[in-house]
Amino acid sequence: MMEKKTLFDKIWDAHVVKSIPNGPDVFFIDKHFIHEVTSPVAFLNLEKRGTGVMFPERTIATPDHNVPTIDQEKTIKDELSRMQVEKLRQNCKKHGIELHDLGTDHHGIVHVIGPELGVTQPGMTIVCGDSHTSTHGAFGTIAFGIGTSEVEMVLATQCIMQSKAKKMRITVDGELGKGVTSKDIILYIISKISASGGTGYFIEYAGSAIRNLSMEARMTICNMSIEMGARGGLIAPDETTFEYLKGKRYTPKGEEWEKALAYWKSLKTDDGAQFDLEYHYDAEDIEPMITYGTNPGMGIKVKDPIPTTDGMDTSTKKSYLKSLQYMGFNPGEPMKGKKIDYVFVGSCTNGRIEDIRSVAQFVKGKKKADNITAWIVPGSREVEKKAIEEGLVAILEEAGFKLRQPGCSACLAMNDDKIPSGKYAVSTSNRNFEGRQGPGSRTLLASPLTVAAVAIRGEVTDPRELFEESPILI
Amino acid sequence: MAYDKFNVLTSTVVPLAEENVDTDQIIPARFLKATERKGFGDNLFRDWRYDSEGKPKKDFVLNDPTYSGKILLSGKNFGSGSSREHAVWALYDYGFRCVVSSFFADIFKNNCLNIGVLPVTVTPAFADEMFQEVEKDPKTEVKVDIDAQTITLLSTGRSESFDINVYKKENMKNGFDDIDYLLNIKEDIVKFTEKA
Repeated sequence: MMEKKTLFDKIWDAHVVKSIPNGPDVFFIDKHFIHEVTSPVAFLNLEKRGTGVMFPERTIATPDHNVPTIDQEKTIKDELSRMQVEKLRQNCKKHGIELHDLGTDHHGIVHVIGPELGVTQPGMTIVCGDSHTSTHGAFGTIAFGIGTSEVEMVLATQCIMQSKAKKMRITVDGELGKGVTSKDIILYIISKISASGGTGYFIEYAGSAIRNLSMEARMTICNMSIEMGARGGLIAPDETTFEYLKGKRYTPKGEEWEKALAYWKSLKTDDGAQFDLEYHYDAEDIEPMITYGTNPGMGIKVKDPIPTTDGMDTSTKKSYLKSLQYMGFNPGEPMKGKKIDYVFVGSCTNGRIEDIRSVAQFVKGKKKADNITAWIVPGSREVEKKAIEEGLVAILEEAGFKLRQPGCSACLAMNDDKIPSGKYAVSTSNRNFEGRQGPGSRTLLASPLTVAAVAIRGEVTDPRELFEESPILI
Repeated sequence: MAYDKFNVLTSTVVPLAEENVDTDQIIPARFLKATERKGFGDNLFRDWRYDSEGKPKKDFVLNDPTYSGKILLSGKNFGSGSSREHAVWALYDYGFRCVVSSFFADIFKNNCLNIGVLPVTVTPAFADEMFQEVEKDPKTEVKVDIDAQTITLLSTGRSESFDINVYKKENMKNGFDDIDYLLNIKEDIVKFTEKA
């Protein structure tokens, strides 16, 4: 009888060039994404070694982390940022790497444009010098973030040295309630498993609640796998996946498409295959979520109070209280009603067209609260274009949101899009670390719907409370 | 690129009693703008180390002259978050060659091994004892022997073994990196792509 394999096993095993006894595997990478921040030193080292890029056609570049989100058509003002983008251009030109530069049709956040272009396809191995590469797992790929040394390895040899991760499956069954989104699913899971509970694992997400999600929503889930410490997460491809990919720029066409489809349909975990760890959740238990602390595991239902320190050991309690002190919160306080200064809709987690649609539908005909500065940053030019064509931008601007140009923006605040020190931002992004959105900034992570509700009320709000005013939704 | 060989390290310890230290704390994103690997140590733990005017914060351990050394001891889940290798560059550039914790984030650990900083995972009890001993006497030395795969608290003599795979261990001992290895098996890689 054939060995029963998980989806992760199947893809992994098909990409091992060589196994080193008591060491890592030499692991072949199908597609490599690069951006301006984690690639320049890799290229510099290649030059020092006198080595070129082995398979330039397998790497795709775009500047996203450190680019301005206003006046992108002009010369970048920040000198260091300009130099990084210039270096990326030079390196791509020199080595024959496809670049989606600022202002071109497919510029955007690397994890948004990969799927949009159809570069990301089931069964592939994908890496990028960015931890949110796990996003691409939504298509049934092994995709994960790497460091700059590994970026150099992939450029030089299309391989990295990796030990196979352990396997975890998270099954979410049942139907999501009204106003509950995939962001709430993943924030809920992380709050249960903790910010480190996935370390050493690769996660497969399964169950009817996952199956029923769109590709955009699946990407949000896989994107945040790293926030529980997991290397990555993946979802078996199905009709939703194939439908999304059909006709994309780089997906196979005609006969080749049929051939690819036959292979993609085989990409699933065999019945009876073993996982090292399994978790099961009921979709009915999940409600709109929000974080209150300084790591993504510190999440609760919007309606719940901040947990108390009861039962915590001394060192955990110390870190917990330090975190709350940074946030300006106290144990036991309700989250609902806390005054907020900024909302940010964007990032590789929730900067896709579906996210912008849901915010626009929610705020249609309303105004943001006076105390709120509202930024909306599309994940790519394609998202931006669709948002304009569909009239979403007009709705959002009418509500008082400011639209910016594509990029990572305030998710990591490398550019000028910073939340001022001490201010509160409710963000659709992925990390609430100290200073993540600017020195001293305080971040609360939530779904696009919750962010929209906060923008209207000016304080932490459960989006379901506003549904009567937004009957068009869901 | 090649780095200094790592064999036996005996050093005093800098204790950072924090859990979930993410790479945004180790080096904030706004200091990732360089196109060369230079000067990252200056911004190691930038926002914990300096106030908004750039003055050192007295209560942060790196600003406390009592503690120094090539070993950083930290609470669990060290190095979580962003995959930025710059975090390890900053630690290395500042002078750390070894980080000890009861739990490391995955990508961070890989990045460490790729550039010659040894991540040593110890039991929570050993980490606690290390914190206590170093607090009692900041001159307490710790010996890390990569070949024997042991870490020893010289004040109490307590010793523990740690895991590292044979391949990475040889790399660390010789200052080799993975690219040296991969470039040598390029033919195998080409064959692999032809087969696929």
